[in-house]
Order: sequence, then structure tokens, then C-alpha cells
Amino acid sequence: MSEKEMPLWEVFIRPRNGLAHKHAGSVHAWDAEMALQAARDVYTRRGEGTSIWVVRSAQIVASDPDAAEELFDPTADKIYRHPTFYKIPKEVGHM
Amino acid sequence: MVFARPPADRNEALRLALLELADDHLVLSQRLGEWCGHAPTLEEDLALTNLALDLLGTARTLYATVAEREGKGRSEDDLAMLRVEREYRNLLLVERPNGDFAHTIARQLFFAAFMRPFWERALASKDEVVQGVAGKALKEMRYHVRHAGEWTIRLGDGTEESHRRMQGAIEALRPYLDELFVSSEAAQAAEEEGVLPVRADIRPEWEETVSDVFARAGLTMPEWPHPRLGGREGFHGEELGHLLAELQYLQRAYPGAQW
Repeated sequence: MSEKEMPLWEVFIRPRNGLAHKHAGSVHAWDAEMALQAARDVYTRRGEGTSIWVVRSAQIVASDPDAAEELFDPTADKIYRHPTFYKIPKEVGHM
Repeated sequence: MVFARPPADRNEALRLALLELADDHLVLSQRLGEWCGHAPTLEEDLALTNLALDLLGTARTLYATVAEREGKGRSEDDLAMLRVEREYRNLLLVERPNGDFAHTIARQLFFAAFMRPFWERALASKDEVVQGVAGKALKEMRYHVRHAGEWTIRLGDGTEESHRRMQGAIEALRPYLDELFVSSEAAQAAEEEGVLPVRADIRPEWEETVSDVFARAGLTMPEWPHPRLGGREGFHGEELGHLLAELQYLQRAYPGAQW
């Protein structure tokens, strides 16, 4: 079983309840269960996680880096979309 | 020559029962650690050393407890690093060489399938150190069974070659399995005191765990009428000496070295 043929999986870890799963890295594994175990062994050794997602890297649809200008540049001059113009009442505390 | 001798009194018996367990964990930990940098994949390299560190943690607590209760001024390191082969009381199973990956996985499954129900019962131990160790080790052993079990299924039910190797590993380790269920004089004392679970009682659960995995893996357990025993009395295979030579080298060459 050569490593070249072994599928790649992307690993997402949720550090605490209430937080979102965040991309941590990737692992090689033949199937979902072994990918989950590999992710546990590689990425949660220091208490990083309370939940793991793994997904086949091939299943991720990514934007084309060459299309970055048309996708992302048009937002550069629309600073009014940032919520910094709102006054937050003190009672709300940290958002 | 120094031999692992039977306990002189009840207190020593209770200590030796913990020492046997500590030796099982340290020796298997060292074996798994031998894979560090050599496992088939980076992922498995980390997985095997994670398992090794779980076992080492358990061994350390047990050694420290034995050393303290003994009251002779020895430390956990003295017990681990300065006893010779004949004084080690570990099961023969855990000292078996790593062999190929199938051997390592089979050995891990056999050991963890025993220790999981062992610690589960030990949660009710009358010894609070044993109780404490059980709470932590039980979770670890559940993962060890899962990890080794899933690999066993994939190798047994994989290619012709992986099946052949997995079945071969089982046959090679089969003679050493009955020793898991035998209690030494020391262990019997601990069992009578309610400190440790009765090893023989664990057999049905162990067999169920292993046969579930084997059924899914298409593997078979051979009959073996001649169990290999003797680890608890210090009668080990040649391989343990080599393992200890590597484990103890630094403390032997530089006594008292710390870092």
C-alpha cells in the first residue's frame, strides 16, 4: 500500500463547545474511520479538541486563485459593510 | 543472580502485584516506542507513540506508588532503570518483539482487550491509587482497543498479503495469551483484598472483544494446548534483555543522570 494512493483528508477541529470547527491540517487514510483516528492522533495530542470532522480533500470545491481579483477585490472599497460604524450599548458587553 | 522471588508477606505481595502491572505497561510502552520514526506512515508513527505514552503514564504512577509504599528510599526510576531482566515481572506477551506491523497491532489488541475490562472492574478497587489509575487508564484502553481493532479488521480483511501477515501474527502470539488470565501469588493476594480484579474472570469478556474483531476481519484463533508462562517469575525470553539494555543504558552508563 503505497502512500501515494492513500487518500488525503482535511481535518477540522472544534476546540471548545460553542466554537466552530476550524481547519487544522490534513492526514492520509484509507477510509473515514481511520482518517478520524489519524486526525485524533496527529492533531489533538495537546488537548486541542472536543470534536473532529474529516472530509475527503477531493470533495472540497475551491475557488480558482486566478479568479481572486474578480471575487475578492470588489469588496475592498466598501468599508461601510464593516460593523464598526455602530455604537454597541454597554449592556451588551463583548460581542 | 537476582531473581523475581515470591512475596515474603502480605504487604510485599500487594506491592509486587502493582509492580507486575507496572512492568507490563513499561515494557509494552518501550516496545511501541521502538516504532518512533519507523512506523508505516507519519500518522501511525504518532498514533503508536501516543499509545506508548498512555502506557508509560500508568507505569509511572504504579512504580511511584510501589516505591513509596516500600519505604526503602527507591524511586520510580530506580524500579524501572536498575532492575535486571530476571527481576522484571511482566507478561511474556508484552515483551514480544514488534515484528511487522501486524504483530504490533495484534499484541496491542490482545493486551488492551484484557486491560479495558480489568480497569473497568478496578474502578471499584479498595486501593485508591488503583481506583485513580483505573479511571484514567480505562479511557485510554478503550481507544487502544478501537485503534488496534480497526487495524486488525482492515489488515485481516484487506489484501491476501495483509491477511496472511495478520493471521501469522495471531499464530505467533497465541502461546503467550493464556498468561494474561493467570494470577501470580502476589496478584492472588491483591485479588483477595479487593485491590485488583480477578484475572481469570476477565477471560469471557476478552474473548468476546477479540472474537468480534476476528469475525469482522475474517481471522481465526488457533487452539494452543501449551501456554507459555513464567514472566511473573522472571523467566523471560532473550528479547527482554535487549529491550532493557536499550531502556536502561543511560542510567547504567551515567548513574543518577538527570535532565
